[in-house]
Amino acid sequence: MAVIRDPMPAFELFQPTSVEDAQALLRRYGAGAWVLAGGLDSFDWLKDRIKRPEAVVDLSGIPELRGVRARGDGLEIGAMTTLTEVVRHGVVRERYALLLDAAEAAASPQIRNQGTLGGNVSQDTRCWYYRAGWPCYRAGGNICYADTPESINREHAILGADRCVAVNPSDTAPALIALDAQMVIRAANGGERVVAAEDYFVGPGKDITRMTVLQPGDLLTAIRLPGAWAGARFYFEKVRDRQVWDFALVSVASAMVVGAGGAIERMRLAVNGVAARPLRLQAVEDLVRGRPANEATAAVAANLAIAGAQPLRFNAYKVPLMRNLVKRAIRGVEATTWAS
Amino acid sequence: MGILTWGRNPWDQPILTHISWDLFWASLFAGVAFFVAHAGYMVFSTHRKRHASETDAMEAARADLPPRIVRHSGVARAFHWVMAAAMFTLLLTAFLPIAGVKFAWVTWHWTAGLVLTGSIVFHIVHATVWLDFWSIWVGPADLPELRAEVLRELGHEVPGPRPGKYPLGNRLYHLVIVLAALGVVASGLVMMVRVRTPFFTRNPYLFSDATWGGTYVLHGLAGVALVGLVIAHVYFAVRPEKWWITKSMIVGWITRRQYLEHHDPDRWAVNAGPEPRA
Repeated sequence: MAVIRDPMPAFELFQPTSVEDAQALLRRYGAGAWVLAGGLDSFDWLKDRIKRPEAVVDLSGIPELRGVRARGDGLEIGAMTTLTEVVRHGVVRERYALLLDAAEAAASPQIRNQGTLGGNVSQDTRCWYYRAGWPCYRAGGNICYADTPESINREHAILGADRCVAVNPSDTAPALIALDAQMVIRAANGGERVVAAEDYFVGPGKDITRMTVLQPGDLLTAIRLPGAWAGARFYFEKVRDRQVWDFALVSVASAMVVGAGGAIERMRLAVNGVAARPLRLQAVEDLVRGRPANEATAAVAANLAIAGAQPLRFNAYKVPLMRNLVKRAIRGVEATTWAS
Repeated sequence: MGILTWGRNPWDQPILTHISWDLFWASLFAGVAFFVAHAGYMVFSTHRKRHASETDAMEAARADLPPRIVRHSGVARAFHWVMAAAMFTLLLTAFLPIAGVKFAWVTWHWTAGLVLTGSIVFHIVHATVWLDFWSIWVGPADLPELRAEVLRELGHEVPGPRPGKYPLGNRLYHLVIVLAALGVVASGLVMMVRVRTPFFTRNPYLFSDATWGGTYVLHGLAGVALVGLVIAHVYFAVRPEKWWITKSMIVGWITRRQYLEHHDPDRWAVNAGPEPRA
């Protein structure tokens, strides 16, 4: 059905220079407005002619949405800051290497130059049945084409499926959850609310047509990283089909503070690619607290992590993959090198 | 306002997906408008009721009847309240997300649907074997009662037939809700094949797109109809002059006076006997 055509359907393009102007446009066009960040997800939708917005609001000309700033004992990163800028920022590199690893694992250098942190966490799912424009649950219909006896569903969910089995494709999302990041959202009425990263993402049970809590008119303006997890022992790993450029099959991100005796004092752990939203594994975090970060703890925790997994026809491999990634996040492995 | 929602299948053919959710709001509005209109009408209604003296005389003549008369057995009441709980759960889980209250509703919804289905099956068996099956249905024999009720509503003194165990409105409501409930249950059971449950292997290709579309539309139409019907039911249940009926669904009995005042002893014969246990 979906045939990529270079000419996009006609829409009004707006390039506001302030958040207030952007929100005025979003209010004016309501559900007919499309928020454009780096454009890497958006242009697929528009060129496929699956999404036909009345107006596109390009945020790239709003200075206050860009840049990395100190905030208290942590950092505030503008939602329109590119992934390359995040990766190259000295404080991120020094104190939040987990986010660096995750951002650097996203796509290719060219895409990281254009893609933004806000866009990366807010992008839509890559389920090809959905992106082909078929009338699935997520598109407002009443069927999941990816969860049938004949579906090709190698990349789909093993946890948290509720009619829809699509997964969240963001690389930075699990890292932000592990860092206990806060998402700053400006509502259509101008009010600001701050939600924890783990609450920013919604599953299909709660809202099958959205990936995040953003409603029409809402803007993600910044992501705040608290100081609480700065400099912790981090682990990020993304497993994908093509090492050079691909979405994650499964990814894991963790931040761990280990005491003098070698016991885990506290930990935050999140996985992505296994459910429609990145999952924080709180039960695992509770289990490992006070235990040594060794093979035995990792094995018990990893088995707990996959409890309740329901693989589809072609994605049972994700169960041992997720188990092993969680195990590696807890006991550690030799450092993996990524280079821009 | 739309009535049906259409999509296009992978072969680019138009397919029905479900009803337009505008119909939910329409049914909600109709239900609320009905009770406002009816409540307003009842303020000025000249509905003819039995004189107290008339009921006194009947009560004196039927002193052989027990002071409390069983109207609903414990089993029948348990069925009613289980079904009511299931129905409210179904309506809330179906329509709150449409109204903007987002939560994980699917498992709650089909679980309540199974409870409703089980309670309906039980009710059919129970009513067929242990109750007076035909007492709740309407037919041509009820036309004189309909005429008498209409005339009483218009303020006339009509000695005509009074209801048996169930008032005419009660029986008409039962008929409509049976149709809506059977529609929603039959379509809902089939739709469970489309979601993950412990009972079926999910298979959305069990039927053709057209059959599925019809199933979803039937489920939606019956569901939105139930919104209005349940509003009407709750409204009548809490009306002061109907409270004695509602109370009987809680405690199981009515008084001898209520029996004689509202019912036709020839159509609902109660034998003299011991008073029911409270």
